[in-house]
Amino acid sequence: MSILGTRVVRTEDPRLLTVGGTYVDDLREPALAQAARVTFVRSPIAHALITGIDVSAAREAPGVVAVLTAADLDDLPPPPPDSGLTGTEGLPFPLGGAWSEPLFAVDRVRFVGEPVAMVITDDRYQGEDAAELVSVDYEQLPAVVGVAGALAGESLLFPSAGSNVAVATGTPADSAAFEACDVVVEHVITNQRLAPVPLEGRAAAAQWADGKLTLWVSTQNAQIARFILVGALGLDPANIRVVAPDVGGGFGAKIGVDRDGLLVAWAAKHIGRALRWAETRSENMLAMTHGRAQRQVVKIGGTREGRILAYRLDLVQDTGAYSRMGGFLPFLTCLMAAGPYDIGHVETAYQVVVTNATPISAYRGAGRPEATAAIERAVDLFAAEIGVDAAEVRRINLVPADKFPYTSGSGATYDTGEYVAGLDKVLAGAGYAELRAEQARRRERGDVLQLGIGVASYVEITAADADGGETARLIVHDDGTATVYTGSSAHGQGHHTAWAMLVQAELGIDMSKVTVIHGDTDLIPMGVGTYASRSLQLGGVAVHKAAVEVKEQGRKVAAEMLEASEADLELDVDRGVWQVRGDPATSTSWAQVAAHAGDAGLAADVNYTEGKPTFPFGTHLAVTEVDTETGKARLIRHVTVDDAGTVLSPVLAEGQRHGGIAQGVAQALLEEMVYDAEGNPVTGTLVDYAIITATELPSFELLASETPATINPLGAKGIGEAGTIGATPATQNSVIDAVSHLGIRHIDMPLTPARVWAAISEARESR
Amino acid sequence: MKVTVTVNGGEVAAEVADRTLLVHLLRDVAGLTATNVGCDTSSCGACTVLLDGRSVKSCTLLAAQADGRQVTTVEGLSDGSGDLHPVQQAFRAEHGLQCGFCTPGMVMASVSLLAENPSPTEDDVRSALEGNLCRCTGYHNIVRAVLAAASERRPS
Amino acid sequence: MIPAPFTYQRASSVDEALDLASQAGEDAKFLAGGHSLMPLMKLRLAVPDTLIDIGRIGELSYIRADDGHIAVGALTSHDDIARSDLLASELPLLAQAAGQIGDPQVRHCGTIGGSLAHSDPAADLPAVALALGATFVARGPSGTREIAAGDFFLSLFETVLEPGELLTEIRIPRPQAAGWSFQKFAKRGIDWAIVGVAVQGSSVALVNMGSTPIRATAVEQALAAGSGPREAAAHAAEGTSAPDDLNGPRAYREHLARVLVARALEEAGSRA
Repeated sequence: MSILGTRVVRTEDPRLLTVGGTYVDDLREPALAQAARVTFVRSPIAHALITGIDVSAAREAPGVVAVLTAADLDDLPPPPPDSGLTGTEGLPFPLGGAWSEPLFAVDRVRFVGEPVAMVITDDRYQGEDAAELVSVDYEQLPAVVGVAGALAGESLLFPSAGSNVAVATGTPADSAAFEACDVVVEHVITNQRLAPVPLEGRAAAAQWADGKLTLWVSTQNAQIARFILVGALGLDPANIRVVAPDVGGGFGAKIGVDRDGLLVAWAAKHIGRALRWAETRSENMLAMTHGRAQRQVVKIGGTREGRILAYRLDLVQDTGAYSRMGGFLPFLTCLMAAGPYDIGHVETAYQVVVTNATPISAYRGAGRPEATAAIERAVDLFAAEIGVDAAEVRRINLVPADKFPYTSGSGATYDTGEYVAGLDKVLAGAGYAELRAEQARRRERGDVLQLGIGVASYVEITAADADGGETARLIVHDDGTATVYTGSSAHGQGHHTAWAMLVQAELGIDMSKVTVIHGDTDLIPMGVGTYASRSLQLGGVAVHKAAVEVKEQGRKVAAEMLEASEADLELDVDRGVWQVRGDPATSTSWAQVAAHAGDAGLAADVNYTEGKPTFPFGTHLAVTEVDTETGKARLIRHVTVDDAGTVLSPVLAEGQRHGGIAQGVAQALLEEMVYDAEGNPVTGTLVDYAIITATELPSFELLASETPATINPLGAKGIGEAGTIGATPATQNSVIDAVSHLGIRHIDMPLTPARVWAAISEARESR
Repeated sequence: MKVTVTVNGGEVAAEVADRTLLVHLLRDVAGLTATNVGCDTSSCGACTVLLDGRSVKSCTLLAAQADGRQVTTVEGLSDGSGDLHPVQQAFRAEHGLQCGFCTPGMVMASVSLLAENPSPTEDDVRSALEGNLCRCTGYHNIVRAVLAAASERRPS
Repeated sequence: MIPAPFTYQRASSVDEALDLASQAGEDAKFLAGGHSLMPLMKLRLAVPDTLIDIGRIGELSYIRADDGHIAVGALTSHDDIARSDLLASELPLLAQAAGQIGDPQVRHCGTIGGSLAHSDPAADLPAVALALGATFVARGPSGTREIAAGDFFLSLFETVLEPGELLTEIRIPRPQAAGWSFQKFAKRGIDWAIVGVAVQGSSVALVNMGSTPIRATAVEQALAAGSGPREAAAHAAEGTSAPDDLNGPRAYREHLARVLVARALEEAGSRA
C-alpha cells in the first residue's frame, strides 16, 4: 500500500521537541561569533517631516559600534523607476517612482514604526539603551488615517504623486442588470486591518566576507530574498548566499525580505562586521506588514425564490504607507469576487489608497478571504431580505458539478469541484435541522444565550503564480539514502515529512533515509518558496517528477546489473529493491544500483512549470452562542469541508485547516489593528491585540472530501489558506444570525462584545 | 552580579548585569536556545520554563530571581535515555506542533498542568494553556496531545 | 525588550527589606512576583533605579485563620490562594478570583500583596478586598499600621503606602456574610476584566469602573432598603467613572456593570 494518504507522524518533530528549532536568533555559526547587534530607531509619529537627526549622544554610549541613517546610504544603486502602472495596464507591485519606499526614511516618515536609524552595539541590552539616545526632530504633518482619510485627500503622503489614490480600475456599473432583479441589497462592509503575528518575529543575521554576503533570514523564500537583495544592494547574485534556517511561522508576512532585513544586510557590508537582528514584538506589531484592510461595498440582486442574478463588489484597499503587495491584493479579491456561485452578471472595481499606517501585504489568504467575506455576507443579506434559509440560497446558486471547468462571472476558471456535495456534507455533519430547531426554541423562550448558525461556502485560487514553477533535485546515494533539495520552503507546514513520503511512495526508499534540504541559495539557486498554498502542487509535484525520473534511471542501471531487459524489471516499492518480474530472488537494492551507476549517479533536476492554478473549495459552518445581555459571542462548534483535491498527508492537511480556522475565527471575533485619529497604533502589543487563545476555541469538526485536481499528477490543490477563507465569514454570519431575530442584518468585524451589544441595543431601541 | 542557577540538573554560574532576564541567561549564557522570546508583555508563553517545578514566564523574571533555584527547560525534559517525555511524545503523535516556535513553552506549560492536575478535562487543558499562544495549530492538536499524555500517564 | 539599568538587591526578611528601602531612597521599588512591575519596566514605562527583591521572604507567604479574621501573607501567590483548602471553605470569593488572574504562569509568580500595592483598577483582587472589608497591614520606617481596604487605593498605580513602606498582610474578617459571586467579563480568558464584580453577602465592589476599585454604594443601599437583585443592580453605574477605551465606551461598561451586578447578586443569593 502506498504511504500517500496515510497518517504519518512528522520527521521534523523530535528535534523541535527536545532541543528546539534553530531560528535565526538561535544560530551559533562561527561566522556570527563576533556579530554585533542591530537595534532600529523607528518613527514614533505617523506622518512628519524629518528636520534633523542627532546621533552624537548615541555614538558615545557604551558598546556602540556605529549609528547609521539614510545619510550613510551612499553605496547603493538608484531606486527602480516608476512602473507607470495604474492597475488598468498591469499589476503595480511595488509601485516605484513617486510612490517608492526607501530603506531608511528620508526627509519624511509615513507610519509609526518606520525605520529612521540603526544602532549597532556589542550586545542587545546596550542597543536598547543607545537607541533611546538618538534624537530625531520631527515636524508633524496631518495624518492620513484609514480609507476615508485617504480619499479626503486633505493631506498627501506623496505630494509629488498628487493624490493618495495609487490605483483605480474596474468595470463600469451596469444598472440594467440590477433593475432586472426582484430584490437588490447593498451594504458597506469593513474587512479590518490585521497583524499576522507569527510567533517568531522578523530576524536576520548577516556577514560580509571575501566579497560575499551571507544573509540568514526568517523568510518563506530564500531565493526571492536573494533576488530582492540583488536589486536593492546592487550585488551580483553569485556573491549573495541567503539561508532560511527554521522559521517560526510566516503567514505571508515573511515573503522575501523587507527593508529592515535589507538594511541589516547592507550594514554588515557597510561596516564590515557580522550583524544580528531579531525584532521585538512591539516592533513586529508596527513594522512587519499587516494584512486585509479593505472597505467593500457589495450589491447583490436576484429573484424572490433565491436565484442570484447580479453582484457588484466595489472596494478600496488601504495599502498603508507604501504599496508592497497591497497594490496587488485587490486584483485577487476581484478575480475571486463571484465566489462559488453561478451568477450571470458580476462587476468589480477597486482603488488602492495610501495611508499613514503600516504597509499592507499578504496575510494567510491574501486577497481571497476578503472576496469570500464580501460575497458570503452579501448572500446572507440577500437571504434575509427574501426570507429564504441562507443555506438553501447557497444550494440554489452554487456552481453545479456538471459545469466544470467553469469560468466565473469575475473571470476565474475553476478546475474541478463538488460544491453542492460539500455544502450538504457539512449541513448533515453539523445536524443543521436540529441546530435550527434549537435556535427556534431559544428564541421562543427568550433565552439570554441565543444560538447562531453561520454558513460560508467558498472557492479559492491556489498557486495563482503556478507558471513561476518550483524546483526539486533528488539524488540517490550509494548507501541507499536519498537527498531532496527543494525550492519550496518550510515554516511549519511539514515539507520535510511530505517530500520524504513522496520519495518513499515512488522509489520505496524508506522516509527515514530521505533527507530534505531547503532554504539555502548556495545549494538551491533556483526556487520560488512558499506562499499562495503552492507547495505541494508545485514543489511536491517537482519532487514526484524527480523521483519518477530517478526511477527510470534506476531501471536502466538495474537492468544492466541483473542482465535483464528494462521492460522485465520492476521496483518492489515495499522493499525498495529492483527485481526481475516474477523472480524476487534476483534483486538489487537502491544502494547497489547507485553504486553501480557511479559518477553518472542517480540524480534528477526538475523545474516544474507546467502547473496551473487550482481551485479548492468547501463550506464552513460555525455555531456561536451570543449573550444578548453583554454582547459576548462564543464559538461552540465549527464544522468544515475543505476539499483540496487528493490528500497526501491527512495529518498535515488537517493541521493546516485547524490553524487556518483559528486565524479565521480570530478575525471574525477578536483581532483588529486599530489606529487613533493621529495615526498612532493603539493595539501595538499582544495585551491589546487579541490573538485567539485555546480558551476561546472549541475542538473543530473536520469532514473529509477529496475531488482530485486534474492538472497535476498528484491530484493536489493547496490547503494552506482554506481555513482563514472559510472560517471568518462563517463565524461572522453565525453571530449575526444569532441576533437576526432582533432585526440585525450586519455587524462589522471584529465582533467584539461592545460592538455586538451596540447592535443589539440599537435594534431594541428602534423597535 | 553573580548568579548560580541549577538548569536541567547542572549548575550555571555567571556574572551578569542586574537587569538580565532569566530567558537571556538560559539562551545566551547557558546556550539553551529552545526557550524562545515571542513578546514583550508576558502574553505569549513561548519563554515558559519550570522554576522549582512550576511553570513561569522566563522573560518576566530576572536571572537574579532564579539564583539558587532549579530551572527546567524543554532540553532537560526527557530522562536522558533518548526516549521522549510522555508530553513530548504526545505532541509528536498528535501533530501538536507546526513551526515549533511556541512548542518548548507549550510543552513546559503542559507538563506543569499535568503535575498539578493529572486528569484534566478538555476545558481544563484549554484554560491552563491560555497563557501560551500558538499561531499555527489552532490549538486543536495541542489539546488532544495534552489529553493523550494525561491518559498515558494515568495508571489504568 | 529590556528594562533600563537598575541595581538589584535581595532582602531575606522584612526588616532587611525596610532597611534596604530606606537606604535606596525614593526611586526604589519592591519586587515581589514582578508580574505587574516587570512588564512596565520592559516597556520602560517604569524606570526604578533600585529593585529590592522581597520574593524570598518566606515569612510573608501564608494563609492562616486567626481569631476573627483570615490572615494572608502579602507574598502568598495567586496560585496558592486559588488552591487553598482553608480559603475554599471560608473565603471562596478570594480563592475563585485569584484562580482567574492572568494565566497559570502569572499565578505561580504573582502575589496578592503585589497586586494590591500595584493599584490597577482593572485588577481583580483590589475589588475583592473591598467587598470582603479587608484590612491591610503595612510596615515602614515609622512602624506598623493597619489600613482599611476602602482607604488604601488612591488612583491608577497609586496607594496610601509611603515610599519604603511594605504591605505585609491582608486581614479579612470572619465569618463573612453568606453568599458570594465573582463575575469577570473579559474578551478572552487571559485578558484584564472589561468590568468585574465581587459580591460577598450584600457587599458589592466593581473592577475597572473608575480610577480605583470601588464599592457599588448605591447598589448596597438599595439592597439594604429591601430591593431585589435586578432592582438593586440598576444602580450599579451610579457614582462610577468608567474608562472609555478599545474594549468599549463608558456607556457599555455602565451597562455591563448593571448586568454583571444582577448576575452576581442572583448567584450570591443562590449560594446564601
